Amino acid sequence: MTAPAVGDVVAERTVHLTRESLVRYAGASGDFNPIHYRDDVAAQVGLPGVLAHGMLTMGLSVETIMPWLGDAGRILEYGVRFTRPVVVDADAGADVTVVATVGAVDAGAARIDLTVTHADTTVLGKAQVRVRLDA
Amino acid sequence: MAVNPELVGRVFPPTAPYLVGREKVREFARAVFATDPQHTDPAAARALGYADVVAPPTFAMVVQDLTLQQLLAEPESGIVLERTIHAEQRFRYSRPIVAGDELVGRLSIVGVRAIGKGAMVTSEAEVTDAAGSHVVTATSVLLVGGDE
Repeated sequence: MTAPAVGDVVAERTVHLTRESLVRYAGASGDFNPIHYRDDVAAQVGLPGVLAHGMLTMGLSVETIMPWLGDAGRILEYGVRFTRPVVVDADAGADVTVVATVGAVDAGAARIDLTVTHADTTVLGKAQVRVRLDA
Repeated sequence: MAVNPELVGRVFPPTAPYLVGREKVREFARAVFATDPQHTDPAAARALGYADVVAPPTFAMVVQDLTLQQLLAEPESGIVLERTIHAEQRFRYSRPIVAGDELVGRLSIVGVRAIGKGAMVTSEAEVTDAAGSHVVTATSVLLVGGDE
Protein backbone atom coordinates (compact mmCIF):
# COMPACT_ATOMS: atom_id res chain seq x y z
CA MET A 1 0.00 0.00 0.00
CA THR A 2 1.45 3.37 -1.01
CA ALA A 3 1.45 6.20 1.54
CA PRO A 4 -1.69 8.20 0.79
CA ALA A 5 -1.98 11.98 0.54
CA VAL A 6 -5.16 13.98 1.11
CA GLY A 7 -7.12 14.17 -2.13
CA ASP A 8 -5.69 10.96 -3.62
CA VAL A 9 -8.25 8.67 -5.22
CA VAL A 10 -7.16 5.26 -3.92
CA ALA A 11 -9.84 3.16 -5.61
CA GLU A 12 -12.99 3.38 -7.70
CA ARG A 13 -15.42 1.05 -9.39
CA THR A 14 -18.94 0.72 -10.73
CA VAL A 15 -21.07 -2.23 -9.64
CA HIS A 16 -24.06 -3.26 -11.73
CA LEU A 17 -26.92 -4.43 -9.52
CA THR A 18 -29.74 -6.59 -10.82
CA ARG A 19 -32.73 -8.15 -9.09
CA GLU A 20 -30.61 -11.31 -8.85
CA SER A 21 -28.04 -9.31 -6.83
CA LEU A 22 -30.76 -8.31 -4.37
CA VAL A 23 -32.05 -11.87 -3.95
CA ARG A 24 -28.48 -13.08 -3.49
CA TYR A 25 -27.86 -10.45 -0.80
CA ALA A 26 -31.16 -11.27 0.90
CA GLY A 27 -30.09 -14.91 1.19
CA ALA A 28 -26.54 -14.15 2.30
CA SER A 29 -27.56 -11.55 4.90
CA GLY A 30 -30.89 -12.92 6.11
CA ASP A 31 -32.70 -9.66 5.29
CA PHE A 32 -35.83 -10.86 3.47
CA ASN A 33 -37.80 -7.61 3.58
CA PRO A 34 -39.96 -7.95 0.43
CA ILE A 35 -39.39 -4.32 -0.62
CA HIS A 36 -36.08 -5.64 -1.95
CA TYR A 37 -37.60 -8.13 -4.41
CA ARG A 38 -41.36 -7.54 -4.84
CA ASP A 39 -42.67 -4.66 -6.98
CA ASP A 40 -46.19 -4.98 -5.57
CA VAL A 41 -45.03 -4.64 -1.96
CA ALA A 42 -42.71 -1.74 -2.82
CA ALA A 43 -45.60 0.09 -4.54
CA GLN A 44 -47.97 -0.67 -1.66
CA VAL A 45 -45.69 1.10 0.85
CA GLY A 46 -45.20 4.08 -1.46
CA LEU A 47 -41.70 3.40 -2.78
CA PRO A 48 -40.63 4.39 -6.30
CA GLY A 49 -39.68 0.74 -6.98
CA VAL A 50 -37.80 -2.24 -5.61
CA LEU A 51 -34.82 -0.92 -3.63
CA ALA A 52 -31.35 -2.30 -3.02
CA HIS A 53 -30.71 -3.11 0.66
CA GLY A 54 -28.91 -0.14 2.24
CA MET A 55 -26.53 -2.64 3.80
CA LEU A 56 -25.74 -4.06 0.34
CA THR A 57 -24.77 -0.60 -0.88
CA MET A 58 -22.74 -0.06 2.30
CA GLY A 59 -21.07 -3.46 1.92
CA LEU A 60 -20.10 -3.19 -1.73
CA SER A 61 -18.87 0.37 -1.22
CA VAL A 62 -16.23 -0.47 1.39
CA GLU A 63 -15.07 -3.51 -0.60
CA THR A 64 -13.95 -1.10 -3.31
CA ILE A 65 -10.90 -0.18 -1.22
CA MET A 66 -9.99 -3.73 -0.13
CA PRO A 67 -7.51 -4.54 -2.96
CA TRP A 68 -5.71 -1.25 -2.17
CA LEU A 69 -5.88 -1.78 1.58
CA GLY A 70 -4.77 -5.41 1.39
CA ASP A 71 -6.12 -6.48 4.78
CA ALA A 72 -9.59 -6.01 6.29
CA GLY A 73 -7.82 -5.85 9.67
CA ARG A 74 -6.67 -2.33 8.80
CA ILE A 75 -10.24 -1.05 9.03
CA LEU A 76 -10.82 0.60 12.39
CA GLU A 77 -14.21 2.14 11.78
CA TYR A 78 -16.76 2.42 8.98
CA GLY A 79 -19.96 4.44 9.03
CA VAL A 80 -22.58 5.71 6.58
CA ARG A 81 -25.90 7.53 6.45
CA PHE A 82 -28.51 6.10 4.11
CA THR A 83 -29.63 9.27 2.38
CA ARG A 84 -31.19 8.20 -0.96
CA PRO A 85 -32.57 4.86 -2.14
CA VAL A 86 -31.13 2.85 -5.04
CA VAL A 87 -34.05 1.75 -7.21
CA VAL A 88 -33.21 -1.46 -9.09
CA ASP A 89 -35.25 -1.79 -12.29
CA ALA A 90 -36.32 -5.34 -13.17
CA ASP A 91 -34.87 -5.06 -16.69
CA ALA A 92 -32.21 -2.36 -16.57
CA GLY A 93 -30.88 -2.98 -13.05
CA ALA A 94 -28.91 -0.13 -11.46
CA ASP A 95 -25.32 1.05 -11.54
CA VAL A 96 -23.69 2.10 -8.27
CA THR A 97 -20.42 4.02 -8.60
CA VAL A 98 -17.94 4.27 -5.74
CA VAL A 99 -14.99 6.68 -5.60
CA ALA A 100 -12.67 6.39 -2.59
CA THR A 101 -10.67 9.52 -1.77
CA VAL A 102 -8.25 10.20 1.08
CA GLY A 103 -10.01 12.74 3.30
CA ALA A 104 -7.47 13.08 6.11
CA VAL A 105 -4.18 11.57 7.26
CA ASP A 106 -2.86 11.58 10.81
CA ALA A 107 -0.55 9.50 12.99
CA GLY A 108 -0.62 6.05 11.43
CA ALA A 109 -4.19 6.32 10.20
CA ALA A 110 -6.25 7.83 7.40
CA ARG A 111 -9.85 8.70 6.73
CA ILE A 112 -11.09 7.45 3.37
CA ASP A 113 -14.19 9.21 2.08
CA LEU A 114 -16.45 7.14 -0.15
CA THR A 115 -18.56 8.98 -2.72
CA VAL A 116 -21.32 6.59 -3.70
CA THR A 117 -23.66 7.57 -6.50
CA HIS A 118 -26.52 6.09 -8.50
CA ALA A 119 -28.08 7.89 -11.48
CA ASP A 120 -25.97 10.99 -10.70
CA THR A 121 -27.33 11.15 -7.15
CA THR A 122 -25.31 10.57 -3.98
CA VAL A 123 -26.95 7.70 -2.10
CA LEU A 124 -24.76 7.45 1.02
CA GLY A 125 -23.95 10.40 3.26
CA LYS A 126 -20.80 10.77 5.34
CA ALA A 127 -19.52 7.40 4.13
CA GLN A 128 -16.16 7.29 5.89
CA VAL A 129 -13.70 4.50 6.58
CA ARG A 130 -10.97 4.96 9.15
CA VAL A 131 -7.99 2.79 8.28
CA ARG A 132 -4.70 1.96 9.98
CA LEU A 133 -1.67 2.65 7.79
CA ASP A 134 1.24 1.30 9.85
CA ALA A 135 2.34 -2.33 9.55
CA MET B 1 -48.41 3.10 19.81
CA ALA B 2 -45.43 5.44 19.92
CA VAL B 3 -41.87 4.29 20.55
CA ASN B 4 -41.43 3.61 24.25
CA PRO B 5 -38.96 6.22 25.65
CA GLU B 6 -38.20 3.86 28.55
CA LEU B 7 -36.24 1.70 26.12
CA VAL B 8 -33.20 3.93 26.69
CA GLY B 9 -30.60 2.18 28.77
CA ARG B 10 -32.16 -1.20 28.12
CA VAL B 11 -29.61 -4.00 27.74
CA PHE B 12 -30.76 -7.24 26.12
CA PRO B 13 -29.41 -10.70 27.00
CA PRO B 14 -26.59 -12.06 24.82
CA THR B 15 -27.65 -13.81 21.62
CA ALA B 16 -27.02 -17.53 21.13
CA PRO B 17 -23.47 -18.12 19.80
CA TYR B 18 -23.21 -17.71 16.00
CA LEU B 19 -20.57 -19.95 14.39
CA VAL B 20 -19.05 -18.24 11.33
CA GLY B 21 -18.68 -20.79 8.53
CA ARG B 22 -16.19 -20.57 5.66
CA GLU B 23 -18.86 -21.09 3.01
CA LYS B 24 -21.07 -18.45 4.67
CA VAL B 25 -18.21 -15.95 4.44
CA ARG B 26 -17.73 -16.84 0.76
CA GLU B 27 -21.47 -16.52 0.12
CA PHE B 28 -21.60 -13.11 1.82
CA ALA B 29 -18.45 -11.95 0.01
CA ARG B 30 -20.00 -12.82 -3.34
CA ALA B 31 -23.20 -11.00 -2.39
CA VAL B 32 -21.35 -7.73 -1.63
CA PHE B 33 -19.09 -8.00 -4.70
CA ALA B 34 -16.06 -8.63 -2.51
CA THR B 35 -13.47 -10.06 -4.88
CA ASP B 36 -10.34 -9.77 -2.74
CA PRO B 37 -8.93 -13.30 -2.15
CA GLN B 38 -8.69 -12.86 1.65
CA HIS B 39 -12.48 -13.38 1.73
CA THR B 40 -12.54 -16.63 -0.24
CA ASP B 41 -9.09 -18.27 -0.26
CA PRO B 42 -7.86 -19.70 3.09
CA ALA B 43 -4.23 -19.56 1.87
CA ALA B 44 -4.54 -15.84 1.10
CA ALA B 45 -6.08 -15.25 4.54
CA ARG B 46 -3.33 -17.27 6.25
CA ALA B 47 -0.70 -15.22 4.43
CA LEU B 48 -2.17 -12.19 6.24
CA GLY B 49 -1.99 -13.99 9.58
CA TYR B 50 -5.60 -15.17 9.90
CA ALA B 51 -6.70 -18.72 10.71
CA ASP B 52 -9.25 -18.84 7.88
CA VAL B 53 -11.10 -16.64 5.36
CA VAL B 54 -11.77 -13.05 6.49
CA ALA B 55 -15.35 -11.79 6.41
CA PRO B 56 -16.12 -8.53 4.57
CA PRO B 57 -16.46 -5.61 7.03
CA THR B 58 -20.25 -5.43 6.93
CA PHE B 59 -20.67 -9.15 7.71
CA ALA B 60 -21.02 -8.00 11.33
CA MET B 61 -24.59 -7.04 10.41
CA VAL B 62 -25.55 -10.73 10.52
CA VAL B 63 -24.92 -10.81 14.29
CA GLN B 64 -26.28 -7.29 14.75
CA ASP B 65 -29.48 -8.44 13.06
CA LEU B 66 -29.90 -11.24 15.62
CA THR B 67 -29.80 -8.60 18.36
CA LEU B 68 -32.25 -6.29 16.56
CA GLN B 69 -34.69 -9.21 16.27
CA GLN B 70 -34.77 -9.18 20.08
CA LEU B 71 -35.74 -5.51 20.02
CA LEU B 72 -38.44 -6.03 17.37
CA ALA B 73 -39.85 -8.98 19.33
CA GLU B 74 -40.28 -6.77 22.40
CA PRO B 75 -44.06 -6.17 22.66
CA GLU B 76 -43.62 -2.93 24.63
CA SER B 77 -41.10 -1.30 22.27
CA GLY B 78 -43.61 0.44 19.97
CA ILE B 79 -41.29 -0.32 17.04
CA VAL B 80 -43.09 -1.63 13.98
CA LEU B 81 -40.88 -3.01 11.20
CA GLU B 82 -43.12 -1.78 8.37
CA ARG B 83 -42.68 1.82 9.54
CA THR B 84 -38.96 1.57 10.27
CA ILE B 85 -36.19 3.02 8.11
CA HIS B 86 -32.49 2.28 8.54
CA ALA B 87 -31.00 5.78 8.71
CA GLU B 88 -27.40 5.25 9.80
CA GLN B 89 -24.97 2.43 10.38
CA ARG B 90 -21.52 2.33 11.92
CA PHE B 91 -19.02 -0.39 12.82
CA ARG B 92 -16.06 -0.02 15.17
CA TYR B 93 -13.62 -2.92 14.89
CA SER B 94 -11.05 -4.47 17.19
CA ARG B 95 -10.38 -7.09 14.52
CA PRO B 96 -12.10 -8.54 11.46
CA ILE B 97 -14.47 -11.51 11.73
CA VAL B 98 -12.83 -14.76 10.58
CA ALA B 99 -14.38 -18.14 9.69
CA GLY B 100 -14.39 -20.31 12.80
CA ASP B 101 -15.30 -17.42 15.12
CA GLU B 102 -18.11 -18.06 17.55
CA LEU B 103 -19.78 -14.71 18.08
CA VAL B 104 -22.23 -13.36 20.61
CA GLY B 105 -24.06 -10.02 20.35
CA ARG B 106 -25.29 -7.87 23.22
CA LEU B 107 -27.71 -5.08 22.36
CA SER B 108 -28.02 -1.84 24.30
CA ILE B 109 -30.45 0.93 23.47
CA VAL B 110 -28.43 4.11 23.83
CA GLY B 111 -30.87 6.72 22.58
CA VAL B 112 -34.54 7.37 21.79
CA ARG B 113 -35.33 10.82 20.45
CA ALA B 114 -38.86 11.86 19.51
CA ILE B 115 -39.20 13.31 16.01
CA GLY B 116 -42.71 14.43 15.17
CA LYS B 117 -44.97 11.43 15.74
CA GLY B 118 -42.07 9.03 15.39
CA ALA B 119 -38.69 8.51 16.97
CA MET B 120 -35.04 7.96 16.23
CA VAL B 121 -33.73 4.88 18.02
CA THR B 122 -29.96 4.40 18.41
CA SER B 123 -28.72 0.98 19.43
CA GLU B 124 -25.32 -0.59 19.91
CA ALA B 125 -24.61 -4.28 19.43
CA GLU B 126 -21.34 -5.32 21.03
CA VAL B 127 -20.00 -8.44 19.34
CA THR B 128 -17.51 -10.62 21.23
CA ASP B 129 -15.77 -13.91 20.45
CA ALA B 130 -15.66 -17.22 22.36
CA ALA B 131 -12.85 -15.86 24.57
CA GLY B 132 -15.04 -12.88 25.47
CA SER B 133 -12.81 -10.45 23.56
CA HIS B 134 -14.30 -7.53 21.69
CA VAL B 135 -14.55 -7.99 17.91
CA VAL B 136 -16.80 -5.20 16.68
CA THR B 137 -19.43 -2.79 17.91
CA ALA B 138 -22.28 -2.17 15.47
CA THR B 139 -24.26 1.04 15.96
CA SER B 140 -27.51 1.48 14.10
CA VAL B 141 -29.91 4.39 13.92
CA LEU B 142 -33.48 3.48 13.09
CA LEU B 143 -36.14 6.03 12.17
CA VAL B 144 -39.45 4.72 13.38
CA GLY B 145 -42.57 6.35 11.98
CA GLY B 146 -45.49 7.14 14.28
CA ASP B 147 -49.12 6.05 13.89
CA GLU B 148 -50.94 7.36 10.83
